[in-house]
Amino acid sequence: MADITKSPWIMHYDASSCNGCDIEVLACLTPLYDVERFGIINTGNPKHADILLITGSVNTQNQEVVKQLYEQMPEPKVVVAIGICACNGGVFKECYNVLGGVDKVIPVDVYVPGCAARPQSIVDGVVKGLGVLKEKREAMKKKA
Amino acid sequence: MGNRSVIPFGPQHPVLPEPIHLDLVIEDEKVVQAIPNIGFIHRGLEKLVQKRDFTDYGYVVERICGICSYIHGMSYYEVIEHIMGIEIPERAKYLRTIWSEMSRVHSHLLWLGLLADGFGFEALFYQCWRLREKVLDMFEASTGGRVVFSVNTIGGVLKDMDSSMLKSFVDIFQDMDKEIHKCCDIFLKDYTVETRLKDVGILTKENAVLLGAVGPTMRGSGIAVDTRKKYSYAAYDKLDFEPCVAYEGDSFARCLVRIEELYQSIDLIRQAVDKIPAGDIITPYKGKPNGEFMFRAEQPRGEAIYYGKANGTNHLERFRIRTPTFANITPMLNILAGAQLADVPILVLTIDPCISCTER
Repeated sequence: MADITKSPWIMHYDASSCNGCDIEVLACLTPLYDVERFGIINTGNPKHADILLITGSVNTQNQEVVKQLYEQMPEPKVVVAIGICACNGGVFKECYNVLGGVDKVIPVDVYVPGCAARPQSIVDGVVKGLGVLKEKREAMKKKA
Repeated sequence: MGNRSVIPFGPQHPVLPEPIHLDLVIEDEKVVQAIPNIGFIHRGLEKLVQKRDFTDYGYVVERICGICSYIHGMSYYEVIEHIMGIEIPERAKYLRTIWSEMSRVHSHLLWLGLLADGFGFEALFYQCWRLREKVLDMFEASTGGRVVFSVNTIGGVLKDMDSSMLKSFVDIFQDMDKEIHKCCDIFLKDYTVETRLKDVGILTKENAVLLGAVGPTMRGSGIAVDTRKKYSYAAYDKLDFEPCVAYEGDSFARCLVRIEELYQSIDLIRQAVDKIPAGDIITPYKGKPNGEFMFRAEQPRGEAIYYGKANGTNHLERFRIRTPTFANITPMLNILAGAQLADVPILVLTIDPCISCTER
């Protein structure tokens, strides 16, 4: 998918979120916010995805899943951490089973704070992710 | 005897917004056994109660789940109020009832959408979620939040709704009622939907009792029990309603119960707005809780049980929640055994799983 910069496919994974951000991510795809107008399509297959949206913090059991999903995505790829839990653990930071933000496990490119993150800011985060995707693609071209 | 193999389902799966892992033991195309593996979103929120003040922990309880957030928060404060012996004002009770029913409407519309998406009816998914946005707008107008409201507190509620706002909500729901009818008629009458739902995933009445199903999963199998009616809380004892039941026990029956509940919730909101008394919305309190209490509430997914134990300090000693999905996982495994592999996503969806609640 290295040639695609305008119509990225996104994949969403719920690390250990409370569902709040997840339903807002889904709400982005529905007609009111409609990220599909940017050519964005939600896919369940990491091998088709350009942008990974992660909600919630990581814990010992799901960190392997998050790593695997990230590794299965083709380059260039962008990770958007959605919600304050994905950014740094948020309200769950002190829980015994929470390691912290998603950046403890995989590199994160765009942080979208909020509890729950509003659809507007999620759309904004994804559009910012498009810019990062373009940069990464150009860097890859220079290397090649 | 066909070929036996094991297919992993989840934790990341297109049909699931949340991670749950099932090992499906299949024989040809038929599921023989489903072995669940959970713990992907365990955070340890019950333990956190020992670190947070009892006044602050309510905000954590609301974040157990973003779909059931309102009723979780309300129930936590009900537990504290019962331990401390605080009688909340009548108006606050009605306001809690109205918000509870609004969150039921939003949760059921969300579920109907996910179900439609589950069997590939994307247009219907969009319609359900379009309707749901109207409820979220009303939440935003009355509480300031779309997902987490934090509008409850010990002794009552923090925000009031004036009569013009209440009236406008009833009007919006009146309009929505017609649109919901249009939308839900497709679920009930469309041939393609029927083939996916009717006579699939039957949970018999005996099994529902034996395995301890709750909520719409149980009522879809012909058991007319509703916590709102049985252990009335908030202002439910002053409202007139009967539990919605269906008798077939299949996926269609569970869908039917939730659709009926949508209309019931809208009716309950109408009744509550008619009866809501004027007055204060919060009772001041002093001191710290000491004692224990068990509270039951009807979540959109079924009965949830909350247990709190306080020892007179700033922190509660224990706060335990038995969530409806936890009770519904065993019936789900019963439904899955014997089903076709292609039906598994729909069957998992029909119990309306909320994994965040279950694992906390």
